Amino acid sequence: MTQRPSQGEAPLAIELRGISKAFGPVQANKDISIQVKRGTIHGIIGENGAGKSTLMSILYGFYKADAGEIYIGGRPTPIPDSQAAIDAGIGMVFQHFKLVQPFTVLENVILGAEDGKLLKPSLAKARKLLTDLAREYELDVDPDAVVEDLNVGLQQRVEILKALYREADILILDEPTGVLTPAEADHLFRILKGLRDQGKTIILITHKLREIMEITDTVSVMRRGEMTATVKTAETSPEQLAELMVGRKVLLRVDKTPAQPKETVLEVRGLRVIDDQGVERLRGIDLDIRAGEVLGIAGVSGNGQSELLEVLGGYRKAEGTIRMNGQEIALTGSASDARMRRMQGIAHVPEDRQREGLIMEFRAWENVGFGYHREERFGSGLFMDNTALRTDCEGKMARFDVRPPDPNLAAKSFSGGNQQKIVLAREIERDPDLLLIGQPTRGVDIGAIEFIHKQVVALRDKGKAILLVSVELDEIMALSDRIAVMFDGRIMGERLPSETDANELGLLMAGMTGKPVAAE
Amino acid sequence: MDYAGLIQILDSALRLSTPLLFACLAGLFSERAGVFDIGLEGKILASAFLSAAMAAYTGNVWLGMFAGILASLMLATIHGMASITFRGNQLISGVAINFLASGLTVVIGEAWFGLGGRTPQLEGAARFGELTLPFADAIRGIPFIGPIYADLLSGHSILVYVALLCVPLTWWILSRTRFGLRLRAVGENPAAVDTAGVSVVGLRFAAVMICGLLCGLAGAYLATALSAGFVKEMSAGRGFIALAALIFAKWRPWHALGATFLFGLLEALGNRFQSLELLGITIPTQFMQALPYILTVVILAGFVGRAIPPRAGGEPYVKER
Repeated sequence: MTQRPSQGEAPLAIELRGISKAFGPVQANKDISIQVKRGTIHGIIGENGAGKSTLMSILYGFYKADAGEIYIGGRPTPIPDSQAAIDAGIGMVFQHFKLVQPFTVLENVILGAEDGKLLKPSLAKARKLLTDLAREYELDVDPDAVVEDLNVGLQQRVEILKALYREADILILDEPTGVLTPAEADHLFRILKGLRDQGKTIILITHKLREIMEITDTVSVMRRGEMTATVKTAETSPEQLAELMVGRKVLLRVDKTPAQPKETVLEVRGLRVIDDQGVERLRGIDLDIRAGEVLGIAGVSGNGQSELLEVLGGYRKAEGTIRMNGQEIALTGSASDARMRRMQGIAHVPEDRQREGLIMEFRAWENVGFGYHREERFGSGLFMDNTALRTDCEGKMARFDVRPPDPNLAAKSFSGGNQQKIVLAREIERDPDLLLIGQPTRGVDIGAIEFIHKQVVALRDKGKAILLVSVELDEIMALSDRIAVMFDGRIMGERLPSETDANELGLLMAGMTGKPVAAE
Repeated sequence: MDYAGLIQILDSALRLSTPLLFACLAGLFSERAGVFDIGLEGKILASAFLSAAMAAYTGNVWLGMFAGILASLMLATIHGMASITFRGNQLISGVAINFLASGLTVVIGEAWFGLGGRTPQLEGAARFGELTLPFADAIRGIPFIGPIYADLLSGHSILVYVALLCVPLTWWILSRTRFGLRLRAVGENPAAVDTAGVSVVGLRFAAVMICGLLCGLAGAYLATALSAGFVKEMSAGRGFIALAALIFAKWRPWHALGATFLFGLLEALGNRFQSLELLGITIPTQFMQALPYILTVVILAGFVGRAIPPRAGGEPYVKER
């Protein structure tokens, strides 16, 4: 598989030859070879669990490969630990930032790369360098700001600055836009292009096809631990990349007809939530959801969407009024609320399926019974009818294409997409009047995304109301019949998908009010 | 109470707060690096015993002190191995160390000296003497200032001054040096340190060893300066009080000085006023002597405002993506 670099081409920044890595029985990387040219932005795309992050962690010395060789700038360079990677000029921006929250930006930048035993000279040097970099690459951050006070976009800049302070020539970014607003993502891309034009090499790991098409020069596709293709971005298309990622043709658009909204199902008025720390998380939310429509809530995560779902799901205390099918529902947040919600026809697919949606150690059939185990068909009195539960689970697994269709398998043994299908099957098959669904496709493969989106649209077409919360703007745009944007516990405005675009929504998500509320 | 009486109480408070200050700074190093240590008590006890035993055997208090430090360092190594290398539970390791020290000191003491777990009374060069600061006698006559210098500040064992010097030293190390920055970072987010190419294990071990050194000094002071020999369970919960003081001090060195002095003061008051008449009610001795412990409970119950511990405290570092 390995090819010698031919003479006369742009020199290679990185070459990996035959990298393999296994975690126990799972082969995360299988004989991977890749060549990255200097001064390019090289995208690596693949589904969750395809082995992208593992590969990059090997390159950064976080994991040790079982086999294979790493060449940096044409020379064989073993990378046993992160220090070796840093010495080789590699910087990495992890998906979950590796910053010390109570430290200042300066302290974070110099940590591990101090010049001497005393801090003062290093801090002065870093301050000067930061000023230069800010000018050169639009990387402005207040050097004396404490990191925990910065928003995620700025924290990410600190991570990039850390790498540049260490004189990195090669910058690896792992899913960098997952936490950014569209405007912040655009800014990041400008920074990356600036860095590339200065001769730096950038590796961008992502699962978003749009980003690959927008910014990369070359793209490598990974599937199930193997590198399936490396192509020039200009010579490919999103459809082709999706097919390479999944191994079959995938429908990237959501097929749906215009909504036929009917009567109002859910009516929310003046909803307020104050959390344990006394912080007001929801500051007066008004919402209506009608039968037969999908209301999408867009926003950067942490702006009150989670709290809204928790209140509607019946496990967070709130003030205000909520009417479901005209009847006021309790907002005490006690256990009985969540049970009442189900009886009132509200089903909930929570944002964090591993924490709220499933018990990972429990079997699939047990998980499918949760919340509905009191029903008569699943037993009476003290005893549960396990056989009935198992049979019920088998049916759901078949209808929702859960793989493998084994009710006795623990929830944790399924992939993200199949876990989500289990939760979805449990909630949708209850035939609810209102489905609350949070981050339906977070950590879910493209193939499963297609399936989940179809299910949501099908439920809508059956005349049910759906509240969709997602941080993926593409998903909101594709699924919603109406879009409400949340920022800092408020609804910044409502838009119709046909009359808005990512730019306008992005502004709203950043707290800037755009045009007045769109007419119905 | 007259002025001389006040000076006397403060003087006694300073003596009594010294082992607490050592232990509190010991805990500070360990916990700022993310390793909880409820084994301070055990380390103090082990050091107190071995320093007294060695001092009794050789007649040299310095050799005693080094033996005490060694004992404490050995227990610190066990804690480091258990909680850093093998990623065990830090609380359980600490509890084990306390039990180990509590039992071993008495058993070995009985085997060596046959005095029911005590060591022989230390005299002369086997104990830390009192240092008289220069010009103490000359300045004593000056009103107000004189007694503060001559009677309060002067006339303590050298370890008292060492402890006091440790406060600015600790502050300087933590806030001004590379080691301090990394140490604080590893207690907040070890992954940040790891990805910066610095060894998490190395840093945490260094912190735990410094903790052992300071606990060793606390124990040696207890047995060879404050008292004249080792008595069974003589640490008397000081390791735990130091932990309470550490929380009270919000893991900061200068605050630690204030917090431990407050505990020392309460203990001094308890010793001085065996029974106190207040508004016609006699407060029993037991209550006065329980004051430091009562304050400990109050502090640990969280009555002193929100204290934010180092974020990665108590958790072994496991590499993950």
